[in-house]
Amino acid sequence: MRTLKKNKRGKITMKILVCISHVPDTTTKISFIENNSKFNAAGVQFIINPYDEIALARALELIEGTEGTVTVINVGDISTEPTIRKALAIGATDAIRVNAAPRDGYFVATQIAAIAKEMNFDFILAGRESIDYNGGQVPAMIAELLGIPSVSIAKKLTIEGTTATIDREIEGGKEIVSIPFPFVAGASEGMAEPKIPNMRGIMSARTKPLVVKEAVAVDLLQEIKSYDTPKPRGQVKLISPDNAGELIELLHSEAKVI
Amino acid sequence: MSVLVYAENTGGQFKKSVYELISYGKAIADLLKTNLSVVSIGNVSDVDLAALGKYGATKVLNCGNEKFKDFNSQAFASIISNAATTENADVVLISNSFAGKGLAPRVAIKLKASFASGAIELPEIGESFIVKTGAYSGKAFAHIELKSDVKVISLNPNSYKVIETGGTAEVVKVESYTGDEHFKCVVKEIVRATDKISLPDAELVVSGGRGLKGPENWGMIEEMANLLGAATACSKPVSDADWRPHSEHVGQTGIAISPNLYLAVGISGAIQHLAGVSSSKCIVVINKDAEAPFFKAADYGIVGDAFEVVPKLIEALKKFKAAHN
Ligand SMILES: Cc1cc2nc3c(=O)[nH]c(=O)nc-3n(C[C@H](O)[C@H](O)[C@H](O)COP(=O)(O)OP(=O)(O)OC[C@H]3O[C@@H](n4cnc5c(N)ncnc54)[C@H](O)[C@@H]3O)c2cc1C
Repeated sequence: MRTLKKNKRGKITMKILVCISHVPDTTTKISFIENNSKFNAAGVQFIINPYDEIALARALELIEGTEGTVTVINVGDISTEPTIRKALAIGATDAIRVNAAPRDGYFVATQIAAIAKEMNFDFILAGRESIDYNGGQVPAMIAELLGIPSVSIAKKLTIEGTTATIDREIEGGKEIVSIPFPFVAGASEGMAEPKIPNMRGIMSARTKPLVVKEAVAVDLLQEIKSYDTPKPRGQVKLISPDNAGELIELLHSEAKVI
Repeated sequence: MSVLVYAENTGGQFKKSVYELISYGKAIADLLKTNLSVVSIGNVSDVDLAALGKYGATKVLNCGNEKFKDFNSQAFASIISNAATTENADVVLISNSFAGKGLAPRVAIKLKASFASGAIELPEIGESFIVKTGAYSGKAFAHIELKSDVKVISLNPNSYKVIETGGTAEVVKVESYTGDEHFKCVVKEIVRATDKISLPDAELVVSGGRGLKGPENWGMIEEMANLLGAATACSKPVSDADWRPHSEHVGQTGIAISPNLYLAVGISGAIQHLAGVSSSKCIVVINKDAEAPFFKAADYGIVGDAFEVVPKLIEALKKFKAAHN
C-alpha cells in the first residue's frame, strides 16, 4: 500500500479513484437498431451515470481543504470525453480514459484494475450500478481482481485515518462495516448530493490533464445478442372514486393479486 | 457437470427468494439433465438444510462455522467458488439480493466465468446459453449469450415461482479454508427493522409520491400497507425531501422492483419512476389529475383525491379481510 502523505495541518492527503460511466440521460426513450442488437444513440443526450455523480461528489467532499486528489476514470471511446470533462468541471483533479468500447462488466473492471495496480490509490469509488446495463458488477469485480475488500452498495462513507466506516445496504436496514484502505465501494443514494459544476470549474476543466491509455486484452466471455422492450399494458380500467372499494374486489377476483 | 445454488440466509433463516432460486436451479438442472447442489454458509439448522430437497436439491454443502456468521463478500465468494469446483458445477446461481450483488461478481472472477446479473426468467438453452435480464433500468430487456464453460447467474427476487417437487437433500458438512486476508472488512453493527417487509422481496407494494403533501400524511399509506401485508415505497422527491428513507425510493435511480401489485398514490408517473416499477404484474394508480402520465402505464386507476380515496380503500380492505378470514 501507498504510504500516506500528510499536509501542513497533519491531515492525510488521500488519493482517490472514481469510476465514471457514460450513460443515456434518464429521460431517454430507449430504442434499438440493427435488428434490435444495438442501442439507438441517435439524438440521445449522454450524462455521467447518476450513481457515479454521487461517488464523485463524496470523493470531492473527502479531499476538500486537503492536498488529496480525485482521479476519474472512464472506459470508453473518444465520444465519452464531454462526460469526462464534466467530471473535471465538477472538481476532479485529473482524468484517465481507457480507449475501448465498454463491452461488459468484466472488460471494464479488468481495465480499471490494471490502472489501479499501476497507480496505488487509497481507495476506489464507483456507482452501485450504471443505469444502462444495470449489472452492478464493476465494483466487486475490481476488488476481486485486486484482492481487496469491497462494499457494493454503500449508503454512507466516512474516513478516519486509513479506515473507512461504511453503511452497507441490506434488505430492511443497514450493516455498518469498518474497512481498511485500500478498498472499493459502490456509491448509492444518501452518500452525497451530486454537485453541479460552476463557471470556474467549467473553465479550468479544459486544461486539466486527461490521459488516454490503451486497453489491456480481455477474453470475450459473453455477448448481448438482442434487446427488446416491455409489452405495453392494456387500457387502464378506471374506477369511480365514489365507489373506491370496488378496487379491492377487482384486485381479488380479477387481477388475483390479493 | 452440475448446477450449484448459493442459499443465502438472514440470521439463520431462509427467505422466499432462496426457494425461488432453488426452484430456478432445479429447472436449469433438468434442462441440462444434471443434479442440483446447494451451498449454505453460516448457522442454519440441519432440518432447514435438508428441507431444501423439497425444491429439488439433492445435496446441501453446509459450511456452518461461527466465523461466517456475518456476511463477508471475500470469504463467502471463496467458499462458493471452492464448492463450484468440487461439485464440478457449470452453472452457479446466486440471488440478486444486496449480499448477492457483492458476491456474484467475485465468484465470476474466481471461476473465470461469464456472468449475467439480474436474470428474470429461465435461460434459453440450446446450441447457445442465453439469459434474459433487465436493461436500461426497466426500460428494456437484454438477451445475453454466456459463452464460457462456467456460467454465473444472479436471479432477481419475485422473478421465478417456488416449485415444490418433494424429497429431502443429503446434508454434507464442509470445512472451507478462507485466509485472514479475507477478514479485513469487519461488521460492526446491523440495524434491521424486523417488523417491516423488505421492499425488494415484497409481493405487494404501496407507494406514495409528492401528491401526499408531507411526511405527516403517510399514516394512511402505512395503514393500507399493513392491512395488505405490503411493503412501502416512494418516489424520488419524497426521499430527497427526507419524508421517507432512501431505501424506499424506487425508480431508475432507486431500486427496481417487480411485485405482483404496485399501488401508487399521488405519483405522477415520470419516465424515471416508471422505469423502476414497470415490470410489476399489476399497477394501480390513484391520482387527482386524470392527465397524469401514470394512468397510461396502469391496469387500474382511480381519478380522485388521495385524502378521500385512500380512507375508503382502507374501509373496504378491512371489510374484505373480515370476510376472507
Ligand atoms: C436523473 C434523474 C433521475 C431520477 N430518478 C428517479 C427515480 O428513480 N424515481 C423517481 O420516482 N423519480 C426520479 N426522478 C424524478 C422524476 O423525474 C419525477 O420528478 C418524480 O418521479 C416525480 O415524483 P412524484 O410523482 O412523487 O411528484 P410529482 O411529479 O410532483 O407528482 C405528484 C402527483 O401527485 C398528484 N397529486 C397531487 N395532489 C394529489 C392528491 N391530493 N391526491 C391524489 N393525487 C395528487 C399530482 O396530480 C401529481 O401527478 C429522476 C429525475 C432525474 C432528473
